[in-house]
Amino acid sequence: MADRQLENGIVPGRLPEDTLAANFADLHPAFAPHEAAVAADRCYFCYDAPCVTACPTAIDIPLFIRQIQVGQPEAAARTIFDQNILGGMCARVCPTEQLCEQACVREAAEGKPVEIGRLQRHATDAQMRKSGHPYQRGARTGKSVAVVGAGPAGLACAHRLAMLGHDVALFDAREKPGGLNEYGIAAYKTPEGFAQAEVEWLLGIGGIALHHGKMLGRDVTLRELQDDHDAVFLGMGLGGVNALRAPGEDKTGVRDAVDFIADLRQASDLAALPVGRNVVVIGGGMTAIDAAVQSKLLGAETVTVAYRRSRAEMSASGFEQDLAAARGVRLMFNVQPVAVHGNGAAAEIELAYTTSRDGGLQPTGETVRIAADQVFKAIGQTLVAAPDGLTLTGGKIAVTGPGRTGLAGVWAGGDCAAGGDDLTVTAVAEGRDAALDIHASLTR
Amino acid sequence: MADLSTTFLGISSPNPFWLASAPPTDKEYNVRRAFEAGWGGVVWKTLGAEGPPVVNVNGPRYGAIYGADRRLLGLNNIELITDRPLEVNLEEIARVKADYPDRAMIVSIMVPCEEQAWKDILPRVEETNADGIELNFGCPHGMSERGMGAAVGQVPEYIEMVTRWCKQYYKRPVIVKLTPNITDVRYPARAARNGGADAVSLINTISSITSVNLDTMSPEPSIDGKGSHGGYCGPAVKPIAMNMVAEIARDPETRGMPISGIGGITTWRDAAEYISLGCGNVQVCTAAMTYGFRVVEEMKAGLSRWMDEKGHASVQDFIGQAVPNVTDWQYLNLNYVAKARIDQDACIKCGRCFAACEDTSHQAIAIKPGRVFEVIDEECVACNLCVDVCPVQDCITMEQMAPGTVDPRTGRVVEAEYANWTTHPNNPAAAKAAE
Ligand SMILES: Cc1cc2nc3c(=O)[nH]c(=O)nc-3n(C[C@H](O)[C@H](O)[C@H](O)COP(=O)(O)OP(=O)(O)OC[C@H]3O[C@@H](n4cnc5c(N)ncnc54)[C@H](O)[C@@H]3O)c2cc1C
Ligand SMILES: Cc1cc2nc3c(=O)[nH]c(=O)nc-3n(C[C@H](O)[C@H](O)[C@H](O)COP(=O)(O)O)c2cc1C
Ligand code: SF4
Ligand code: SF4
Ligand code: SF4
Repeated sequence: MADRQLENGIVPGRLPEDTLAANFADLHPAFAPHEAAVAADRCYFCYDAPCVTACPTAIDIPLFIRQIQVGQPEAAARTIFDQNILGGMCARVCPTEQLCEQACVREAAEGKPVEIGRLQRHATDAQMRKSGHPYQRGARTGKSVAVVGAGPAGLACAHRLAMLGHDVALFDAREKPGGLNEYGIAAYKTPEGFAQAEVEWLLGIGGIALHHGKMLGRDVTLRELQDDHDAVFLGMGLGGVNALRAPGEDKTGVRDAVDFIADLRQASDLAALPVGRNVVVIGGGMTAIDAAVQSKLLGAETVTVAYRRSRAEMSASGFEQDLAAARGVRLMFNVQPVAVHGNGAAAEIELAYTTSRDGGLQPTGETVRIAADQVFKAIGQTLVAAPDGLTLTGGKIAVTGPGRTGLAGVWAGGDCAAGGDDLTVTAVAEGRDAALDIHASLTR
Repeated sequence: MADLSTTFLGISSPNPFWLASAPPTDKEYNVRRAFEAGWGGVVWKTLGAEGPPVVNVNGPRYGAIYGADRRLLGLNNIELITDRPLEVNLEEIARVKADYPDRAMIVSIMVPCEEQAWKDILPRVEETNADGIELNFGCPHGMSERGMGAAVGQVPEYIEMVTRWCKQYYKRPVIVKLTPNITDVRYPARAARNGGADAVSLINTISSITSVNLDTMSPEPSIDGKGSHGGYCGPAVKPIAMNMVAEIARDPETRGMPISGIGGITTWRDAAEYISLGCGNVQVCTAAMTYGFRVVEEMKAGLSRWMDEKGHASVQDFIGQAVPNVTDWQYLNLNYVAKARIDQDACIKCGRCFAACEDTSHQAIAIKPGRVFEVIDEECVACNLCVDVCPVQDCITMEQMAPGTVDPRTGRVVEAEYANWTTHPNNPAAAKAAE
């Protein structure tokens, strides 16, 4: 088995199963109760706490940590879910080093923030272990809202609408709900089927009818949704990917990173999942890092992230860069793809060195070739097939305030809407706020 | 959701959390903000007699005791009663009460031990429409040097006398706030009851010196090189205060008298413990001074959640539930036998239990090869010291020995029947009774 590790090409089973299991275990494991108590004790209960300001969903962090301190993790969970119904997922996937924990006063003081993310997991786990759903639906309003996309934005929107007493029809093109929680987030951030368990738990509020395999534009039109419902929320994320525009892009072995990750997330047996011996990932964001790290964990011998700008400009955080480096991924900066070489299948990638000049990237003239039997493209996702009548800005749906589009009765949020970072937590905030605005408009 | 609203002496408040008479309740600005933050009531910072108000020091008035991570465990203060004019305070009290009719507004008073002084101030307090008064017989520093505060609280006769004047010249409820700076708190509590008090509240602060600066040889807080003993409060005083509350709750002479619990209340749990020991509500000072008014959010949410879990519909349901279980040493069951048990999987092999037991207790823990720590049942008296020093929670537990088994330490069979010191053969008094 182990000798497959050095096999050329894209092959499955490079590592034994127990190694794979260990490689894909929880990145931020749950706290033991004593660890949680010690971690919680470090919080100062700051006034007008900067961590709260830094959280896109504005969770009352000092209050929830205090509730852990006093031995009530479930009360803490309530404080979290009041603001962020996907607080369980966010606890696992938020780049806290760029959000709440970066803002924590103890990060400034000691370079060691309160571990807000793991404490949030401690609390939400405690609540979700219990049977039943903690919220009840409000009095029925008789109004119905169509929500397109069962990703973080759509789920947060649907849940808040259901809480406020509206009926929700939730449409998703895919087989499973969850959006990128189910198909995109790195496997080691949300292991053990957490994404599906969370959606199931969330739907426990009732009043949300999930229609999976139903795609806006193919199975149903926006016009129809507007006719059948009192309001529409669009949270369909970014379904397309940018092209490399380099010769050789069509060779076998060249793939979109998001597709590879989706396959990985859906694989029932990681040993059956093929991966290259020499993998090169083009890009500099979270997707690039995730594809690279997971290729390495699957047993690729060399994995390189090739990013066209400098380290400082990389959108993946320092923590993510360190994680990749620690797993043995090589990070190359100021290189961009020129061509993929190989006889039908990719064998090498040719990269050109770049330098930033006057805000633009210039090739230095120097190139380098590295072995690559698998190349992943992670250079950004795009909105595909936005319904007619919507105004776009920068390739995304233009919105004002809490997600209002140019069309009356249509709201949008999450990755498909302009503004805000493309993060799970931002999608949740936008979905929640749109729901509140929809509610206000429906009950006016 | 459990109902947190309480009625104490007929005074209703949306929750049992009142702010104690102290800086948080010193003026209209604070009290309005406290009510907005959700506090159920306040006891206004103690008022003094008409005339030039008292003055405070102009240097540090607080000292503190910390945990290693600067968690504030105990606070000490040398602040006096309000240093603002009586008239200003009374106007503010009336205004705030009118705007917050659903919150409890109690006025704390401390004037000299002369009937006229009380006769003068009480009608004016009554005019504010406040719900009741609290007599500050507790301040241990400064005011006591002038024959007020703890100087009164330490003389039961004075307490009774002043309480009586208050009941005579004031129509609404009178709460007597007790000082802990006394040998047996039951005496002042009885005096308050005899004087006609509607309730007692306790504790006020404990006389203390928090630390000595070893460079200047001045106690802290230091004012120009000198310090004065101050009043200690905060989490550290809770055990002392709870015992005093329990003593009053179970004293046949004061049993049933309403109690407002004070001292170190910081979390929902602290409040639940005080209430279970017989308090109708609780008052908080240091927790608010440490964390701000918002801290009440945790207290309210936590108490309500715990009440839901226990099936208590209202606070009334569990007031005093623990009182019957507070007893005298002589009534503890001497036939209850336990042994320490070490969970070897949880043990991290630090040896603290061994050091404690071997050096200072009963030599009942053995070190086996490989640093395996085991209890020697022949020696273990179940003192609990090892449990208290073990850094791992629940690693050492106390296991009751089943009746019928033999205690290897004494060689005697563990008996099922309850038997206490009053009937024990070694008790000379018991032997006499048997003769
Ligand atoms: C590989 C990868 C890793 C990431 N890692 C992190 C991370 O660690 N932390 C983090 O905070 N963020 C991460 N992100 C970003 C995060 O996943 C997204 O910002 C977030 O999922 C956006 O939520 P959304 O609801 O807007 O869209 P999505 O999660 O994309 O959900 C959109 C949903 O809409 C459905 N849909 C699309 N089109 C249609 C249609 N026409 N009709 C019906 N349904 C449709 C899709 O099937 C999908 O279920 C990552 C993204 C990627 C790609
Ligand atoms: C700075 C300070 C000033 C206080 N002033 C008064 C006062 O004027 N009147 C009074 O009855 N108690 C006063 N107290 C005592 C408090 O009301 C309370 O009884 C005591 O602090 C114990 O409660 P705690 O542990 O919650 O702080 C004061 C306490 C502090 C810390
Ligand atoms: S900034 Fe840090 S210490 Fe302050 S409240 Fe937030 S988590 Fe706690
Ligand atoms: S707490 Fe405020 S009043 Fe007191 S010393 Fe500090 S700044 Fe001055
Ligand atoms: S104190 Fe606790 S952890 Fe330490 S050796 Fe004893 S039993 Fe083990």
